[in-house]
Order: sequence, then C-alpha cells, then structure tokens
Amino acid sequence: MIAELGLYALILAALVSLLQGTVPLIGAARRRLAWMVFADHAALVQLALVALAFGCLVAVFVTSDFSVRLVAANSHSLNPMLYKIAGAWGNHEGSLLLWVLILAVFGAAVACFGNGLPATLKARVLAVQGLIGLGFHAFMLTTSNPFARLDPAPLDGNELNPLLQDPGLAFHPPMLYLGYVGLSVSYAFAVAALIEGRVDPAWARWVRPWTLAAWTALTAGIALGSWWSYYELGWGGWWFWDPVENASFMPWLMATALLHSATVVEKRDALKSWTILLAIIAFGLSLMGTFLVRSGVLTSVHAFASDPSRGLFVLMLLTIGIGGALVLFAIRAPALAGGGLFQPISREGALLLNNILLSSAAATVFLGTLYPLFLDIAGGGTVSVGPPYYQSTFVPIMVPLIVAAAAGPFLGWKRGDLLGAMQRLWLAALAAFVALLLTLWLRGIAIGPAIGMGLAAWLGCATLVEWAERVKLLRASARESLRRARNLPRAAYGMSLAHLGLAVLIAGVTASSAWKEERVLRMKAGDSTEIAGQVITLQSVDPVVGPNYTAMQAHFVTRRGADLEPQRRSYWVQGTTTTEAAIRSNGVADLYAVIGEGNGAEGWVVRLYHQPLVPWIWAGALLMVMGGLLSLADRRLRVVVPRRTAAAETARA
Amino acid sequence: MSRKRRRLLWLGAALFALGSASALGLSALNDTLVFFYSPSEMETKHLQPGQIVRIGGLVEKGSLATSAEGQVSFRVTDLRRTIPVIYRGVLPDLFREGQGVVAQGSLGGDGVFTATQVLAKHDEKYMPPEVAAALKKSGRWQEGAEAAQ
Repeated sequence: MIAELGLYALILAALVSLLQGTVPLIGAARRRLAWMVFADHAALVQLALVALAFGCLVAVFVTSDFSVRLVAANSHSLNPMLYKIAGAWGNHEGSLLLWVLILAVFGAAVACFGNGLPATLKARVLAVQGLIGLGFHAFMLTTSNPFARLDPAPLDGNELNPLLQDPGLAFHPPMLYLGYVGLSVSYAFAVAALIEGRVDPAWARWVRPWTLAAWTALTAGIALGSWWSYYELGWGGWWFWDPVENASFMPWLMATALLHSATVVEKRDALKSWTILLAIIAFGLSLMGTFLVRSGVLTSVHAFASDPSRGLFVLMLLTIGIGGALVLFAIRAPALAGGGLFQPISREGALLLNNILLSSAAATVFLGTLYPLFLDIAGGGTVSVGPPYYQSTFVPIMVPLIVAAAAGPFLGWKRGDLLGAMQRLWLAALAAFVALLLTLWLRGIAIGPAIGMGLAAWLGCATLVEWAERVKLLRASARESLRRARNLPRAAYGMSLAHLGLAVLIAGVTASSAWKEERVLRMKAGDSTEIAGQVITLQSVDPVVGPNYTAMQAHFVTRRGADLEPQRRSYWVQGTTTTEAAIRSNGVADLYAVIGEGNGAEGWVVRLYHQPLVPWIWAGALLMVMGGLLSLADRRLRVVVPRRTAAAETARA
Repeated sequence: MSRKRRRLLWLGAALFALGSASALGLSALNDTLVFFYSPSEMETKHLQPGQIVRIGGLVEKGSLATSAEGQVSFRVTDLRRTIPVIYRGVLPDLFREGQGVVAQGSLGGDGVFTATQVLAKHDEKYMPPEVAAALKKSGRWQEGAEAAQ
C-alpha cells in the first residue's frame, strides 16, 4: 500500500514536472504573468509529491517490507536502523529518487526565495529545472522503478552490501548528490540566461551562492568517499584515480573554476559567456559521471550492478541536455555584451588563469578516464589507465595553479601590480624555500615531494599574509586589527579558509604519497614487528559478534601503549567478508593496521602502514568545506539582500 | 591593446594550456597504459620481462595456497590456459576460488606471474567485464558462469 502510494506520487510528480517545464516557458515568451507564476506553484507541488514518494521509500525500508524488490535486495531485518534507512539510497533506484528529491528541494528554494529575480528569468530557471526533473522522472519510471513489487515476497532480505554499512558511506551519496544537483541549478540559470539573452551582475549574484553550495557539498562528498575508502577498503590508500572517483572529481574541478569565474562576472561584469559555458560543462560532467557509474562501461572498483539500458538512457539525457544547451550557447553567446576590460596582470587575469588551468586539469582527467573506452570501441584492446598517468599529467598542471592561487589575491582588479605583489609575497617565498630545503634535508634528495611541500608552505603562508595585510596585523594597534578582523566580510574569510585548506591538503597528499611505509607479514599472537621506528605487538586475535556479523578482532599494542583493534568481519546474510582497518592517529601520522586471513597455529596475515600527514588531508578538506559554508553565510550572498536590491532596481526602472 | 587583440591573447593562452595538457596526457598514456590479457592471450603475446600488464580470469578451484611468510599463490584460468600467480599481501575481501579476478603485475621468465595488485570487486555478483570477455573469447562463457557459482 505504501509502495503504491509512493509510485502514484512519483507519476504525479512526473506530470507536474512536464507542466513545470513547458507552461512557464511559453508564459515567459508571451509575457503572461499568470503562466510564469505557475512555475512557483508547480515547484512547490513537485517538492511535496517527491518528498511523499521518498518518505514512502524510507517507510518501506524502515518497516522491512520485503515484498518491495528494492528492500528485499538491499535490506535485512537484522540491519541496524541507520543502515535500513541508508539502504533506501544505497542502491541505484533509491539514489535516483534522492537525486530527484534534492532537485525538487532546490527548485522549491528558487521558487520561495527568488522573488527578487526578474519574473521571466525566474520562470525560465524553474522551467529548465522542471525539464531536468522530467528527464530523471522518465528515467526512473521506465528503467528503475524503486517501488516494484516482488511476488512471492521473500521471508527476509538480502541485506545492504556490507561494505556500505558504514556511517561514512551512509552520508557520502547524499552529499555528493547535493553537489551534482546544485550544479543543475547553475545550469538552469545559465540556460535561462541564454534564453533571456542577457547576463548581468545580478545574475551572477544568484548563480554564485548556488555554485558555492554545490561546490561545498561536492567537496564534503568526495572527502567522505575518500575517507571511507581509506578505512573501509583496507588498502591503505585514499585515492585510486578510479573512473568513478574521477567522475565526481571532474565536476568538482569545473565547479571550482565556475566559482572563481562567477566572481568576475559579479564584480567586474566580464567573462560572461565563459561563465555560462562553464556552468553547462560542469553539469554535463556530473551527468556524465552518472552515466559512467550507472552504465558499467568502465571497469572500476566501485562497479555498481549495472544495466546497459540505463546507461543508454542517461546518455540520451546527456545528449539532449548538454547538446541542446551548447547549441543554444552557440546561437546566443555572441550577442552577450562584453563587460569590463582588464589587463592580463590583474585579479581577473589571475582568476582566468585559474580557470584555464583547472579546465586543462579536468581535460587530462577526462582523457585518462575515457581513453580505455575509446580504445576498446576502436578495437585497440582492453587497457587501464592508472595512477602513473595522472601523476605525470594532472600533478604538473597543479603546480602553476598553486603558484597563481597564492599570488592572485594580491593583485588588484582591472590592473594589477605584479612587482608589488611579489614584494608582498617575500615571506611566503621564504617559507616555501625553507620547506623545500627542510624536506630535502630530512627526507633525502627527491625533488617531487620537496616541490609539493614547498608549494603547500607557499600557498599557506601567502594566504595568512593576505589576511594579515587586510586586518593590518602588527601595522595598526591590536584593537584596530581586531575591529578590522571583525568587519572583514565572511566571503573573505571563506576564501582564506578554503585556500588554507588547500595548502594543508597538498602537504597531506604529498607526504602520504611520498613517505608511506608498508609492511606485510604473517604474525602469531605474541609476535612483534617494527614500522617507522615503532615496535608493535600482536597480543591476541579473538572472535567478536556484532548485530549482523561475526568478526575476528586482532589486538595490537604499540610500545607507547596505543591499542589497535582491526577486524575481519563475516556478514551472515551475504556471507561476505569485509576489512575494518584500525587507525591510530596522532594528528601528524596514522598508524594503520589490517588483519587478513589466518589461524592461531600458522599465524595471521597482517598489513601495517605508517601514513604520514594523512590526517591533514581530511583537515584540509574540512577547512575547505568550512570556508564554503562561511562564504555562504556572507551577508552579500544572503538571498534576501539581492531580492531587496533587485527590487529597488526594478522600482527605479 | 584593443578588445579583440586581448581576447585573441587569452584564447591563445587557453589553447596553449589545453594543447600542452593534451600533449602531456597523450605522451603519458603511451608510457603508462596497462594492457589486459586473458591467460590464452598471454601465451601468444611475447611480453618483455618486467612489462606491467593485467591478467584476468577465474581463480582456479583448489589452487589457493599461502606460504609461511604470507606469500599467496593461486592460478588464474580462462578454462583453456592457466597462469600461476604469486602475490605478497592481503587478498581483497571478495577474492574467492572459482570467481573472477584481475591481477596486475609482470610475467617472470619461469612463467610465474608476480602480482603487485589483486583486484576483486565490491559486489560479488559482479563479474569484471574483462573477465567475462576473456571467458567469452575462450568459448567457455557458459561453463565459466557455472564455475563461478
């Protein structure tokens, strides 16, 4: 009954999105206010219907209604409640419903808070959103109905994939989707602006918060996924350049570029058509990510159970959505009036350089991800592209990007003073040089890691110097500095935090890839071994019982008295084994232990890692997310303010 | 500088960046591509010693053995040809005899494949597409499906 209610709500929602995608468009073209306002109501009704459907799905999962195929395949009566609920989106069909729900939430948000937007623009944005929603509704209803029944109903379910039974993964997909779908809002704004034929700073004021929100969520989602693979897969790594990881990373790169170019549109009214193009590409890449993940065309460690017909449908959506938008762009972009001029050496120039480098980086990732597919189609054999490719392409592009990221904030708008900026950056240059030499001295002659640490010091120090200059630290009285610090806009703090986070992240990435130590050996209870100067003893291996699994739990003790208890779990229902790594972090390095198979007589296969600065990777990502959130809270970006100013503008007009 | 010239300058810079990125990418692809072969194909390809490749097939039943030092050995088969593999390390959680596996490493002069990486998939119902293709090529796809049960 609940499932049927959910399906019914979904079908109604699909019909509403059809209306939302057409009526306001016609209304905007014919200047009929009632037809345009219809979009607002449609967006709200859409949200109510999709929320009802999603609620129904969660309800059948919570009550373990195994007559619903999805529940039977992804849940079990023994699953803890968190994973029963997470099971609702831990699969293809449910995650699509989550996608549509987030889309509906954003649509309703535009409808509620977008009163300051010109009526035609708002109607068109909501219409484009309706059309995106229609595409996904059609996808869901034709190929992936989440409410399909199973007859006869099994007595119990097949349980959520044990690897996914983890808090990190319960929240990873919703975060990632917030990001993907947030980019759809930027896309809708871009397409609506193309239909309108005009882009002004007010448009950018609207696009920027959405992009920022999407970027923040995407950052958090990718970091959560990476963190999960670090401790759950037990491979000791946190990034594998896997196609599915790349699929989320490419939109992130483009969203980062979009974030920076939208600033230029807002502040200087320049780079308009480029920003529009970026918004289209960013959403296109997130659609392509969906296609890659769902269609199974690429081999990946993630490998969703996939279905070619689904892939075809997403490919069709991609072609219509992105192809259509690009055609529209080709027709309308030349008519967009160019804005403020600027010299190559200027804030705009630095931001444009950022955009060029980020796009090139995304292009190399794109090439590496899709090359095996092209080669396979061309009959060139089956190949895989691994980390060495990305190390020799992606990483070199990041070097000038980081150099520029530190210098950019020191340049003025329109015309910058490079020599002056360089003089103000002497402290950062010194820090970079010291970090470089220190690395070479401490860790031996290896130029790559030394450059990495130098860049991290350069960016981190430059960011702090920039902040210190803004508050006149040590140049004015302490009280004056404090007053200035308090009055600094939150967006400025957001940028500083995000750049600082990037510096910390680079240090973590560099150190953990260069100086990771690994030991694989067989140990019996009582054996000791040594890694990175620490003696570690396996005290015992004991069976333990969880809510839906049994496990062998090892107990390691280091000489400093730290305990590590990794587990090797066997889940009862699916009979799968998962590895739960034990990680002991002191903020500077992680000690990481995994227990493999074995027995008391012959000993156990044990894998130990010493991972320097891995905690900094998570800290860096956290700083970036905090920077994004802080920036979102900026007064200028608050949706109420643009409404007021825009209303004032229309009143004046 | 006129608007047009400035735009041309930026366009040039963008093209240069994109061009060098793709040149970098394509040359790196040449050096870092890892080819995938089935055990049957391995026989016909005369690989240079030490060349990194991926092999894939089913883990032959009853072939898995572990030595005292934690070295694992097993055989990968496409049900026509079989290659012995040795690997130091913890096998992935979904590694099973009779199921699909992909191993990356190099073939030694003695015909033993030394793996540096062993991949099995998150989802145990899932067959790596390369393995399925390799089994189809060797004409044993049906039997392969049974063997995997």
